[in-house]
Amino acid sequence: MQRRNSRLLIGAGLTVVGALTLSACGSGSGFSSGSATTGGELTSDSSQGLSVLIGSSGDAETAAVNAAVAAWAETAGTKAEVSVASDLNQQLAQGFAAQKPADVFYLSTDALAGYASNGSLLAYGDDLANKDDFYPSLVSAFTYDGDFYCAPKDFSTLQLLINTDSWAKAGLTDSDIPTTWDELATVSATLTTGSQVGLALGSEYARLGAFMAQAGGSLMNKDSTEATANSPENVAGLEYAQTLLNDGVMSYASEIGAGWGGEAFGKQLSAMTIEGNWITGAMTNDFPDVNYTVAELPAGPEGKGTLQFTNCWGIAADSPNQTAALDLVEQLTSKDAQLTFSEEFGPMPSIMSAADEWKSANPTLVPFLDGAEYAKGVPVVQGAADVVSDLNAQLESLKTGNARAILDSTQKNLEALLK
Amino acid sequence: MSMPARMPRRSGIRGGEAASGWLFTAPMIILLGMFLVIPVLMALWVSFSDWNGRGSPFSGSVAFVGLDNYSALVGGGGLAEQDFGTALRNNAWYVLLVVPIQTMLSLFLAVLVNRQILRGRGFFRTAFYFPSVTSSVAITVLWLFLFSASGAVNKLLSFIGVNGPNWFNDPSGVLHNIFGAFGVETGPAALTDNTFLGISFWEWLAGPSVAMSAFILMAVFTTSGTFMLLFIAALQNLSGDVAEAAVMDGANGWQRFWQVTLPQLRPTLFTVVTLGLIGAWQVFDQIYTGTQGGPGKTTLTPAYLSYQAAFTNQAWGQGAAIAFILFVIIVVFTLFQRWLLVERTVSARRMRLYLQTPTSGGSK
Repeated sequence: MQRRNSRLLIGAGLTVVGALTLSACGSGSGFSSGSATTGGELTSDSSQGLSVLIGSSGDAETAAVNAAVAAWAETAGTKAEVSVASDLNQQLAQGFAAQKPADVFYLSTDALAGYASNGSLLAYGDDLANKDDFYPSLVSAFTYDGDFYCAPKDFSTLQLLINTDSWAKAGLTDSDIPTTWDELATVSATLTTGSQVGLALGSEYARLGAFMAQAGGSLMNKDSTEATANSPENVAGLEYAQTLLNDGVMSYASEIGAGWGGEAFGKQLSAMTIEGNWITGAMTNDFPDVNYTVAELPAGPEGKGTLQFTNCWGIAADSPNQTAALDLVEQLTSKDAQLTFSEEFGPMPSIMSAADEWKSANPTLVPFLDGAEYAKGVPVVQGAADVVSDLNAQLESLKTGNARAILDSTQKNLEALLK
Repeated sequence: MSMPARMPRRSGIRGGEAASGWLFTAPMIILLGMFLVIPVLMALWVSFSDWNGRGSPFSGSVAFVGLDNYSALVGGGGLAEQDFGTALRNNAWYVLLVVPIQTMLSLFLAVLVNRQILRGRGFFRTAFYFPSVTSSVAITVLWLFLFSASGAVNKLLSFIGVNGPNWFNDPSGVLHNIFGAFGVETGPAALTDNTFLGISFWEWLAGPSVAMSAFILMAVFTTSGTFMLLFIAALQNLSGDVAEAAVMDGANGWQRFWQVTLPQLRPTLFTVVTLGLIGAWQVFDQIYTGTQGGPGKTTLTPAYLSYQAAFTNQAWGQGAAIAFILFVIIVVFTLFQRWLLVERTVSARRMRLYLQTPTSGGSK
């Protein structure tokens, strides 16, 4: 028995580590060394087709990207294949470890710093023909260490969504749409009834950060070189949100039994919510009976403020055919392609030249695009995503917490990243 | 000189045995080596290197950084240490509750369905085993529905007048809530001011969060069926004559279970507790599909943290280091419980009990 036990123990132990580490070794990273060099000329091995890896929101998006890539492949004469990742981060990481990554892929702002710092990405931003057409705030979201890495695919901003039926029932009119913090607090109170809270939103930085932006604060300065998390502006923003929570006129979506702000709003658990333009898809599909309108978020003490969310088209440093990849990305970010994408699955074009057409096609969603002028992005530093998720964890108990202490710990964590 | 002396033994009828032995085990050795030993060694190297996820970890650009990855986790003072401490805290409470509860419950169920007089034993055995053969992802999704704010569990609780918590969104610790019920909202300064692995002792004492408690219930629900099967097998192996002898000696059912049956189940108990410990320390899929560490990081576990560090943050060395620390923890726990379950000579105090039996019988 003794023998068998110890063997069982060793076996079991090895299985643990094996299970945890097999994935780390990825698909055949093997023992091959030698790494592709970046900088200088782009590779252009035209014998190789392009692989495009996307994290799709659904069939509509997959079909639209497939069609756009197929159209490009036909005119360019290069083969290109789109695959949909089930877990984009994991599949990208495996590709980079194996040095056989997808040539072109979706890349989030959170992941940029990590991949840029380990040399997996091609910094092709400055080679783009349509470089100056992108919104400057989006360009800075994809600039790491002074290099503009990748072309923004599209973007979203947060704005205020209002249930027009609840609004009318409470006796409010268009002139009551809040433009200041005080007005927001007032209408939230008016809209709060026994079965419905005035305003509901997710308990995370990606929503509450809008209040911090309206107060003139942000987690880091524009170039992500200095942490400014515990600035008086940020504290003021969070304390305002705290007041709304404690007055009972604003709730976290999770507190009223919804997964996110859109669900709370769609189920009419709240009369208003703060969400991005992705909510329109959910409203049409899941809650077609709810009438709503979109308004710009009220201005705080330092004017208007909101947060932006964006993804870019990354190109791998190890791609054998970067020239073709660049050409494909220019095509995919062109005005026509972006307006088609917008029509098919709803994102906002990342280029300024498409703004007017988009606004006339989507008159009710104009506030989202107007947000581009004053929106702020997330910090671009490796490890910032961890700090933000730590902040999110603390924001869940903002109601009873101390805004200043929460931001102080975030400040400490951000400063540690810069060392 | 010694060669000729050994020759005869080799050329005998058993001469080729060693070679064929190796030959027969070679496929397994090669498979285990390829898919277990080499990856484990690679990961061990990664945990001591600054490999950042691009290209081979053995390429020239990857440097040896000594214990840097480990020290960032156990003494770095930063977010990494704090997250690791939180993950360990969460998982320790999980293990502390899951392992004893599932062992006791599975033994209880096994004894129940092992009784000869129970009708429809087959049905009960299948029913109890059912959760174990269902995919943990499916059960997690089921759990998310059952334990949602307006889900079936809370509906059920409302029938008996209990206002159920918002399970998977409630980060408050169960022990803290109990302390709170007695008016203790903040801990004494001795606990709140001193920290271990980046979180204060008061936080260590938070207990599992309400969200984690739902996962604890789920683990007990899914695994007790498997362990019940192991206990049934062991119970059926016990010879009837020992039990019969106990009956003759006048032991009642309760005594027979504790003094006769349970000691004979010791090897099975060891297996069950070991497997339970390993499974509970490695909890990953429920977290990955269910909460991804939230709410308030109270369902973060070392296995999930390791995945997150490597795949989303490109901190591969740290991810591997977490895996190895977890490995050491599991080994230490297993050794400890093996020591606990080792068969000892009966203590003098216990012995007296047995020696007195005939005397007390005689005085009747």
